[in-house]
This record gives sequence, C-alpha cells and structure tokens, in this order.
Amino acid sequence: MKEFKYVVTDPEGIHARPAGEFVKAASKFSSDVKLTKDGKTVSAKKIFGVMGLAVKQGQELTITIEGPDEDTASAELEEFLKNNL
Amino acid sequence: MIEYGGKSVYGGIAVGKIHLMSKSEQQIVKYSIENGDDETERFEAAKKEAGNQLAELYDKAKKEVGEANAAIFEIHQMMLDDDDYLDSIKNIISEQHVNAEYAVGVTADNFSEMFSSMDDAYMKERAADVKDISERIIRILTGADTEKNTSDEPVIILADDLAPSETVQLDKNLVLSFVTVHGSTNSHTAILARTMNIPALIGVNIELSEELEGKMAVVDGFDGIIYIEPDEETLIKMRKRKDDETEKQKLLQELKGKENITKDGKSVLVYANIGNVKDLAYVLKNDAGGIGLFRSEFIYLENKTYPTENEQFQIYKKAAETMAGKRVIIRTLDIGADKQADYFNLDKEENPAMGLRAIRICLTRPEVFKTQLRAIYRASKYGKLAVMYPMITSLEEVKKIKAISSEVKAELDEKNIPYNNIEEGIMIETPAAVMISDMLAKEVDFFSIGTNDLSQYTMAVDRQNPKLDEFFNPHHEAVLRMIEMVCRNAHKENIWVGICGELGADLELTERFLEMGVDELSVSPSYVLPLRNKIRNLDLSK
Repeated sequence: MKEFKYVVTDPEGIHARPAGEFVKAASKFSSDVKLTKDGKTVSAKKIFGVMGLAVKQGQELTITIEGPDEDTASAELEEFLKNNL
Repeated sequence: MIEYGGKSVYGGIAVGKIHLMSKSEQQIVKYSIENGDDETERFEAAKKEAGNQLAELYDKAKKEVGEANAAIFEIHQMMLDDDDYLDSIKNIISEQHVNAEYAVGVTADNFSEMFSSMDDAYMKERAADVKDISERIIRILTGADTEKNTSDEPVIILADDLAPSETVQLDKNLVLSFVTVHGSTNSHTAILARTMNIPALIGVNIELSEELEGKMAVVDGFDGIIYIEPDEETLIKMRKRKDDETEKQKLLQELKGKENITKDGKSVLVYANIGNVKDLAYVLKNDAGGIGLFRSEFIYLENKTYPTENEQFQIYKKAAETMAGKRVIIRTLDIGADKQADYFNLDKEENPAMGLRAIRICLTRPEVFKTQLRAIYRASKYGKLAVMYPMITSLEEVKKIKAISSEVKAELDEKNIPYNNIEEGIMIETPAAVMISDMLAKEVDFFSIGTNDLSQYTMAVDRQNPKLDEFFNPHHEAVLRMIEMVCRNAHKENIWVGICGELGADLELTERFLEMGVDELSVSPSYVLPLRNKIRNLDLSK
C-alpha cells in the first residue's frame, strides 16, 4: 500500500472540472485509489465522491493506493496533483 | 413599460422579442413493476442513450464555446457512470419494485441534496448538474420530446433557470440574451453567455406568465435591467448604446494585435489602469498592451485588517498570470487623503491631500510596506511585474525605499524563495519630484506621471471642491511644461516615462504628449481603443 499527503494550492479548490480530471487520471489504474479528508474517505474513481469532499484551497488530502500498479499510480497521481491542483 | 432589475453576468444590449422557456415540469408517476430485471434493463438502455446524447453535446459545445466550457458535459458523462449513482437507482428498482423513472427521480433528489447542503456556492450549483442528467434519463424513459424549439427569429430567452444542456442545445444565432429568475454567476448559463458575448441577467424577480411570450423587450447587460415593452425614449437610448458598443467592437477588430504607431512611425505603449483584479477581464477585452497602474489600495480597503502577504501574493500572481508576459505595474498602497481604511488608525487631518498618505505611510510603517513588497516580489516569478511608488518628493525617500526593497530581496534569498529583479519606478505627481526629476532619473527604472495630483498641487486647486471648477484648467500650460521637463530628464538617463492620470486619456493632448516623447499612456480600459485609434491616425511630421 502506498500513501501520501497533498495540500491543495488551487484557489478554487477541487471543483467540478479538476475533480473530473482527477477521476479520469485515477481510473486509469487497476489499483484501488482512495481520498481522505477530515476523516471522510471516498473512492477517487467516483466523481460524486470526489466532488462530495468539497476540497478547498489549503486543505490536506491523504491519498491511499493499493493494488498491482500502486507504485506507478502513486507517482503519477502525485505529479498530477502538483501540476493541476 | 415595466422594468425589472437583476444581476448582470455579461454586458451588452439586446433588443428583441421575449421567448419563454418553461421547463416542462416532469410529473414522475410511480408505479409497481413485476420484473425488476426487465426494468433495470430499460434503465440501462436509457442511460446508454443519455451517454450518447451527452457525448454529442460535448462535441457541439467544444466547437461552439471551447473545450474549457464544454468540460461540463464530460463531467455529466462521468456522473452518469458513477457507481454510487447507478447502484442507488438499481437498488430502488429491485428492492422497491418500482419503475425506473421514479428510481431516477428519488436518486436525483438525494444526490442533489448532498450538493445543495454544501457550504460552498460553487458546489451548491452542482445540484443542478445532477438534476440535469437525471431529467435527461427520465425524458428518454418516458419518451418525452427533447427538442427545445425556439422561434425562427432571434429572441431574448426568459426562463426560471437554464441547465447547461438546455443552453447548448439552443441555436446560438437565434439567441439575443439570457434572462433567468434563478441561477448564479457561477452557473454554466452565465459562463456560456460570457463566452457567446451576449448580455445575460440572473436573479430577475419576474413572474413568468405566458403573456410575456412575444413581447418586445430590451436587456441592458451593463446596468442589469430588462425593460418589457420599452417606451420610445428608452428604445432610442438603448439602441444608441448598442451602436456605440458595436462601434467599439469594430474598432477592436481593426486594432487587435496591431502596433500603436503614428503615421510617421512613432510608437507608444498603451496600457490600462485598474483598481481591482475583477477589472482584468476589461483589460483583456479592450486589448491593452499591459497594466500601467494597478491600484493596490483595494486590497486594503476591502479588508477589515491588514491583508496578509499570502492574500496579496495570490492577487498579484493572478494579475501577472492573466496578463501572460505583458507588463503589470503595481503601485504600492496609496492609502490616506480620500482613501481611508479604519484599521490604519490614521489621525484626522486638516489637509489630508498633503498629509500622511501613500509612501509616507509606508516609510513610517515599514512592516506594512515590506509585507506588500514581499508579496509583489514572490509574484514576480509568474509574469512581468514592475513596482512603482507613489507621492515621491525627495531623493532621500527613493534611497530609503530602495534600501527596504533590497532588505526584502535579501530575506527572500535567505529563504531560497525565487523572484525576478523587477523594474522599480516612481510616480511623478508632486511639483518637487518634477523639479528634481533629473536626479531621480538616475535612481529608478521608469517614471509614471500622475496628472491628477500633479495638477491639483501645481494649481493649488482642490479637485474635490466643485466651487473651484472655474479655477481649474486641465490643460494648464504649467502642467504641460512640467510633463515635458520630466520627459526630457527621463530620456537623458535613458529611462522610459509614462502618464497614468486622467490627462493620458485626453485625446486633445495625445499629439502633444507624443511630441514630448511620452513612451507610455495608461488609461481606463474603456479608453484604450479610442486612444489607440487616435494614435494610429496621428502624423507628427505635419
């Protein structure tokens, strides 16, 4: 299992469009990808879950990845967050 | 004539007939079903069709309004494929033995409720997205007509609210304006209206009765008013305003991307003055070459306490990024005189125009000043920023300022925070600065002449006292000679000089300024195009 934390810097937080892009990015992997904010955990592959977290700028997310391609998934998703959010 | 006010989400004037778009309230009938599997299959088929429709809408929207605005239909497709959403529908069908329409309706209510209850204006709006996709499925299930016919002449669309899929299905050539009772500035209707360049009003408190259909109306997107059955006078006034706007657009098309160069080859920069980041859109819309005066006061005036470095950084960064490599000149805070913020706790003064204001506050409260400079330097990495200091009267002040900005840079170096070595300039707005401009020119990278204060100090006329109007001559030779002197002294030291006061937009003086050698004119966004047009029609050799 891989896990990392990320603090959102985008002033608009994770609103609809980036949420969609993140879901798309996470869905590429066969591993299970989960997002946790303030104790609430959702699947990163489901748009309602990700949007439902209503992540705002400055809030910390924990990303947990478990599965056969967890190493690549972890690296790529961390990169994605840094570049987009 | 009846008029209704609303919130404008995009400017412009539209004159035409009203077309009501009422949502065909879908009455969902609940009934029991025998076979859950068959019903689930019926739902799956409808869902698949909805997906196809959304894919088509995405392509259509991408062509018409660009990829960024079309993205919402991609999100809609994802929502349609979301397991939580699908499982909820299928569970209701199989557990409660009810029809698919009802299951979709209940699920839509639950999911949109989740968004509506969020403490975030943007997310609240997303409730409409859930309803939009669900209604699409229900329409397919019931076989309801999906065609939203508008008439065959261009109309003003009046509706309670519009879902993104409804706006995109409209024939854009037949829409003059959107007016809705609900909706928000974050709604997709608002965003699409902006992209389509048509006036749009939201939050208009109007009763949508059938009688309105086909009635003549005027939408004033500048002042946020819709006039129903306008009288002759209003119609004439609005038509004129519309023509002015069209003229401006024509000018823009002609001038866009062209150099500001006189017929005999003298070129000059035309920048815009802004007093809020919200004005950035107008700067781009009017095709200004940069921002010649970014009045940073608003950040202080809109706050209840001193704005933090980070708050300021975000704002300057946004300006730098939005202008994408074009120069953005940030004037450090010019509080005092007529601009007061309570938390500064400034004493009441007998003569505030000559009192503790602008750079004088910065030099007596260096911490406030340093916070702002740090934010500006940090943001300098994101574009082409420059900084300028207001109300300079002496060489000593400039040296003190430079010492403080060096301190700020040293501190950033220490913390390994990157920044660019940006241009540092001063405002020339006191007669004292004019008279020693030869000395000041050796110390700074540019001058920007603030003609409003310079005129008032030179003529000793308080501009806020209307009784003095007859003593105020905006074209006073004394002021013009001062500007000429500043230009001469600046060019001797090879620095550039601009004008950022009201005189810069005075088309009667443009020729004279260019002859003096002014390198940059910075004016309100709406004056940029007329000024550029004027410059291109001048011939200084004649």
